[in-house]
Amino acid sequence: MTTMTTPEDAAPKAAQGAFLSVRDLYVRFSTEDGIVKAVDGLSFDLQRGQTLGIVGESGSGKSVTNLAVLGLHNPATTEIAGEIVLDGQELTGASNRTLERLRGNRMAMIFQDSLTALSPYYTVGRQIAEPYVKHRGASKREGRERAIEMLEKVGIPQPRLRVDDYPHQFSGGMRQRAMIAMALVCNPDLLIADEPTTALDVTVQAQILDLLSDLQQEFGSAIILITHDLGVVSKVADDLLVMYAGRAVERGSTRQLLTEPQHPYTWGLLGSMPRLMSDVNEQLTPIPGAPPSLLAPPPGCAFHPRCGYTDLVGGGRCAVQRPDLPLGRGSACHLTDQQKRSVFIETIQPRLG
Amino acid sequence: MSNDISLSKAPAAARAAEPPGETLLEVRGLAKHFPVMGGFPFKRQVGAVKAVDGVDLTVRAGESFGLVGESGCGKSTTGRLVTRLLEPTAGSISYRGRDITHASRKELAPVRSEIQMIFQDPYSSLNPRQTVGTIIRGPMEINGIEPPGGREQRVRELLETVGLNPEHYNRFPHEFSGGQRQRIGVARALALEPKLIVADEPVSALDVSIQAQVVNLLQQVQRELGIAFLFIAHDLAIVRHFSERVAVMYLGKIVEVGDRDSIYLRPRHPYTHALLSAVPEADLTDGGTERERIRLAGDVPSPVNPPSGCHFRTRCWKATEVCAAEEPPLVRLGGSAEGHLTACHHPEEPTITGRTEDVVLDPALAAIEDALDDVGGVDGVGDGEDFQDGAGSAAGRP
Repeated sequence: MTTMTTPEDAAPKAAQGAFLSVRDLYVRFSTEDGIVKAVDGLSFDLQRGQTLGIVGESGSGKSVTNLAVLGLHNPATTEIAGEIVLDGQELTGASNRTLERLRGNRMAMIFQDSLTALSPYYTVGRQIAEPYVKHRGASKREGRERAIEMLEKVGIPQPRLRVDDYPHQFSGGMRQRAMIAMALVCNPDLLIADEPTTALDVTVQAQILDLLSDLQQEFGSAIILITHDLGVVSKVADDLLVMYAGRAVERGSTRQLLTEPQHPYTWGLLGSMPRLMSDVNEQLTPIPGAPPSLLAPPPGCAFHPRCGYTDLVGGGRCAVQRPDLPLGRGSACHLTDQQKRSVFIETIQPRLG
Repeated sequence: MSNDISLSKAPAAARAAEPPGETLLEVRGLAKHFPVMGGFPFKRQVGAVKAVDGVDLTVRAGESFGLVGESGCGKSTTGRLVTRLLEPTAGSISYRGRDITHASRKELAPVRSEIQMIFQDPYSSLNPRQTVGTIIRGPMEINGIEPPGGREQRVRELLETVGLNPEHYNRFPHEFSGGQRQRIGVARALALEPKLIVADEPVSALDVSIQAQVVNLLQQVQRELGIAFLFIAHDLAIVRHFSERVAVMYLGKIVEVGDRDSIYLRPRHPYTHALLSAVPEADLTDGGTERERIRLAGDVPSPVNPPSGCHFRTRCWKATEVCAAEEPPLVRLGGSAEGHLTACHHPEEPTITGRTEDVVLDPALAAIEDALDDVGGVDGVGDGEDFQDGAGSAAGRP
């Protein structure tokens, strides 16, 4: 399990035993227009062998969070505060050397656009072998053998021939497979997949998602899956974290989040997404308005300008006081549990069909 | 090409099925081949990308017709051929009984005001140097239309129709968000009161919550103004939500067409089955019905050199010799509803519920799942190996 589900675990310190533990993470970029609060006080935990899905729209801070975990932000323009603990090792203040030793070795990333993430100048095999040669001290020949083995594992036909191909000779699905091979070449304990299937066709997406979860069973890695598609995470993730405007607004197991969501934003996401079996005569219920600018996020609950339930809370509390998110199952919303339940059952669930 | 066969059989079945409603657009055997140039020192044609290769479809007045398929299957090219932004290589397009396949610019002018287009990318489809007012007024100026109350008044009405503030008349596109820009695109398409709108992936560039806003707007436009839509998208759920009839394309051809329920609940073509089973669905209820699981191997083949016979046979688990030799006609199969046409030699059962054995063609998936199976990791995927062999031999055929 990723997030702790019992309240006793809700200690502010990094949870014991969690493989990756993020506490009160703040990421701020200084730009010409001002300071962008891309991530604003985020906490989560991830256990070995588990998959955490992070869901949110563009600009909600989901990619920024994970680049911070990998230490890939430019330190000159980025201010990072908080704790990121990977297997007992603190990463926020870690030196570049330490991070370098971890990246590609104990933690690896799969990027969204495989055409830009792979270098056009080197062969696929060489790019897959590079982390293996660097971290394991393997020779070039061993690296090449390892690359062939990995290509076979991810289902590239004739890996011995294709290992010397350049990325442009691969199709989109094959490039994504090559990226997965590259990420898994050192058997990382933590794999971050940032929208790994968004650029792919639906039949290829299904192959890649199945491949990821099968490989996870084999390698036992912890996976963070970032996506905007609730359908994708529902197939793969054990736990979910919904992000909005740089903050987590709801967390819980995938089952809980899909069958009894608590936060109005999660309701909005579910209601605006047509599904294969939903009633076609029912109109979609979009979230009104647009996501806020992170230069000047709304005071109080960042979602309140788009939320239809602020009246239920009353007293203008939503615009003033920022709701907290408990570390276990829960949502950052001023509605009482009773209200959340009754609103969901009475108005939201019937529309979802 | 298939249209000879399908012309003899399919339209008879299709016509019988056609409910009342004037046929607005009729496309027969439409093809577009883009030349591939090569050679040295003189460039000459060395091949052709068969983007669209024999497409038949009919759009009736006021209906929404969905065209769905994976990237590179030719759905956007079909849209551009229908609006005559591209010149067809073969086949015919007729609009309200008038043949416009090779009509000249002048002949097309009156038709073009009735067929409008909404583009995918709201960032590149609006001229950044023009104000919103100029953009939406453009079609009226070109066609010399002077609406009662003046063009500016009409633009303000249109802005209101699509849910934008009429006071934003003098703003520039960069001042709007993606969803708002797409609304401007919709307003521009509505400016001439068209009869048919070709919407090419109108929401795929937008965020989930904004997508729903635009889908609702398009649906409202379609129902209230009675405009027919050719809705092109790769998202099966959105196409289902929007379209009354749906055609599934694969590698330049329509493989299955029918009303919404036939395609989504009782599909017959293996590709439609595979496509539907690949859609990741968020299951919002505890223990929904089991859906079938089909995992194809590899990607869509190149349209430069498509497989012989049935284009899908290289990725199909039911392929036999006849699939390589003969192209299946798009016909109504026994047991299918009226107007439900399928191009397949070995159609599937018309159901999408889980099958006893999953179809796993992907070699890596099958291998890992077999290994996990042996140690008792997962169950129910045991037969991947057999299917893998089948796929290998099918792909190995010339």
